[in-house]
Amino acid sequence: MNSNVWIAGGGVICGIGNNLPECLEAFKRMEPGMAHMEYLHSVHRHTFPVVEVKASNATLAGWTGMPEHISRTALLSRVAAQEAWNSTGLGDISQYRVGFISANTVGGMDKTEDFFADYLQDTSKGHLNQVVHHECGAITELVADAMGIRHHISTISTACSSSANALMYGARLIKNNMVDVVIAGGTDALTRFTLNGFNTLMILDPAASRPFDDTRTGLNLGEGAGYVVLVSDALAAELPATRQPWCRLSGYANANDAYHQTASSPDGTGNFLAMQEALEMSGIKPDDIDYINLHGTGTLNNDAAEGAAIARLFAPEYPPVSSTKSFTGHTLGASGGIEAVFSAWSVKEGIIYPNANFNKQMKELPFAPVTKFITGQELKHVMSNSFGFGGNCSSLVFSKNEQS
Amino acid sequence: MYIYIQGTGCVSPQETAAGNALPAAVLPWEGPRLKAWEPDYKQWIDVKLIRRMSRVIKMGVAAAKLSLQEAGVEKPDAIITGTAYGCLDDTGVFLSKMINQQEEMLTPTAFIQSTHNTVAGQIALMLGCHGYNNTFVHKAFSFESALLDSMMILREGRLRSILTGAMDELTNHSFNILSRFDIYKKGPVTHEQLLKSDTHGTVAGEGAACFVLGTERGPNTKARLSGLTTLYKPGGKAEISADIDAFMAAHNCSQSEVSLFINGRNGDASGDEWYEHVENTIMAGKPVATFKHLCGEYPTAASFGMWMGCRILAEQQVPVAAMFKGEVPEKLEKILIYNQYKQTHHSLILLSVC
Repeated sequence: MNSNVWIAGGGVICGIGNNLPECLEAFKRMEPGMAHMEYLHSVHRHTFPVVEVKASNATLAGWTGMPEHISRTALLSRVAAQEAWNSTGLGDISQYRVGFISANTVGGMDKTEDFFADYLQDTSKGHLNQVVHHECGAITELVADAMGIRHHISTISTACSSSANALMYGARLIKNNMVDVVIAGGTDALTRFTLNGFNTLMILDPAASRPFDDTRTGLNLGEGAGYVVLVSDALAAELPATRQPWCRLSGYANANDAYHQTASSPDGTGNFLAMQEALEMSGIKPDDIDYINLHGTGTLNNDAAEGAAIARLFAPEYPPVSSTKSFTGHTLGASGGIEAVFSAWSVKEGIIYPNANFNKQMKELPFAPVTKFITGQELKHVMSNSFGFGGNCSSLVFSKNEQS
Repeated sequence: MYIYIQGTGCVSPQETAAGNALPAAVLPWEGPRLKAWEPDYKQWIDVKLIRRMSRVIKMGVAAAKLSLQEAGVEKPDAIITGTAYGCLDDTGVFLSKMINQQEEMLTPTAFIQSTHNTVAGQIALMLGCHGYNNTFVHKAFSFESALLDSMMILREGRLRSILTGAMDELTNHSFNILSRFDIYKKGPVTHEQLLKSDTHGTVAGEGAACFVLGTERGPNTKARLSGLTTLYKPGGKAEISADIDAFMAAHNCSQSEVSLFINGRNGDASGDEWYEHVENTIMAGKPVATFKHLCGEYPTAASFGMWMGCRILAEQQVPVAAMFKGEVPEKLEKILIYNQYKQTHHSLILLSVC
């Protein structure tokens, strides 16, 4: 039960790149992905910028060999999950006991919306193939079936922390020797449902979001998918010399804020507990953390709570922090997976990602985010935060390859 | 390490939430849609909150409260739920308004309550529970994943009690849409006829069942959760047989030790062939009890089956209405529950008396 869980690879697709190298280029060039909606059809098209994946469903279908009419959420998932698998060099997937744990928040809602427009006119109308994949789990199965995975498949939905919890569950499956390898992360496509939902909460920024900036007024929604490949000690030892694991998933914790259905407590109780317990599991102290990939949505409430919790846990020395959501937008159920890939890669390569659109330090905080793409760092431990509706708070810690 | 079931709670189309025991009589129903029998929620939830909550939230909270009461646990160390469809009513409300009002003048309440983790979040909020909180949404593995996560966490040894449960609601929209997929019986059918109908389709159900799982016996502990496994899209009946064999062997349980075989027969002729096969092979000669003529079919119905199994072990009797074939043994010690949903999602749960 004390075995390690290794990150053998990862894949990501989001509004700043269709794969990890493209995303890294966007960070390097300081090019956030906010733009007018091109693929999502909404009356708010000219009001709120979003961070869309720059590919139509037809294009994504072409890349994946999946049907064009299925949910964009599944198409995005397949692209990133396949990149993640390919990056490991593990080869034929059928040789292993494989788990696929994928998170999402609204399943095939992009198609359900179209169905419902016809159905509300006449309940005998609407194409059933538009609702057949409505359930969150249906998205996971489309991808698992396409990749030939059936040992263990599951789906998690805890709002914006969903895919961080997928990594935790995946790690447990490995520690319990139920599978040899798990592709874990999440996916979400932009939908009118979520766009309008966040709009009713009045937390969408009509300009590019400014996480951890004193002038921040809200978030930009994004879309995408991100997966890491978790492997056991035994499998990590078999990896070819040229494809050594990126790092270990050394710690993780999930806590509940138990304060409000959508708002975070002012002192970030849940955030604090998640970070503290993740550190405990890693067996390290706050000052061992070399970089925090923030949840950092850019809303007044979220950043204040996360900032307060970091200030309380890390004082008086603060590690470099940044929110990559300032580039990718908030990809909801995918964000924990996308940011896990970025964080694991940062440990491997010694990279600290920039926080875009930052000008003014938050009054109440003693620290400010990093604003430049920094390379050549020796990063031993990197933390990734994901906090969401329902009080769900999760933190992950990725650590250098040496055994602890 | 043993995993004990310290408390159970269930809201279902039967009067299971009235006293948390197996009801003496079946609440009769007719037609393809079963509706949950709802208790007076005021005993657990503030009246102001009740008004805003959709049925799935209320059912989930009630089942959670019932299980915690029986366990004598005020605040569990973790809350893990499973729901295939999530908060369908709030989703339908927000979606309909969004379409009918062309994305203008919308209010946040339905959206806020539409997220799949709403029930687990609400329970945490009501109990002030800051512990681990997770929600699985994988079709007919939602409940099983929640159980597995709970078992793995308890085996790590840090937590002592976990509230685990599953909940799904049926709404007018979901019933209409699911009916169009041709999965329900066309003509009138009753609980007495359903399992003997030998025709296509089943009946729609809903409900919530919660369990307090722990590493120690509680004051009312009567059963242990001895084993759990899932099988996705088995190649055929031979594969499920092999899987049941392997599952029993892994838990050191011989066929002769099983006192009762509970399965998920739902009256759909082709789906019930799987159960028939197991009843006639690995479980040949075993008394069989069933539950979907009591709760209807839905992706997390296995949670009702497990609730019934726990009550049977606790009360040491099987309700007449639940018996499908065979004679009830004098002493009920181990119960094997086999459920499958749409022939794609199969699960096995092993319960032991203690």
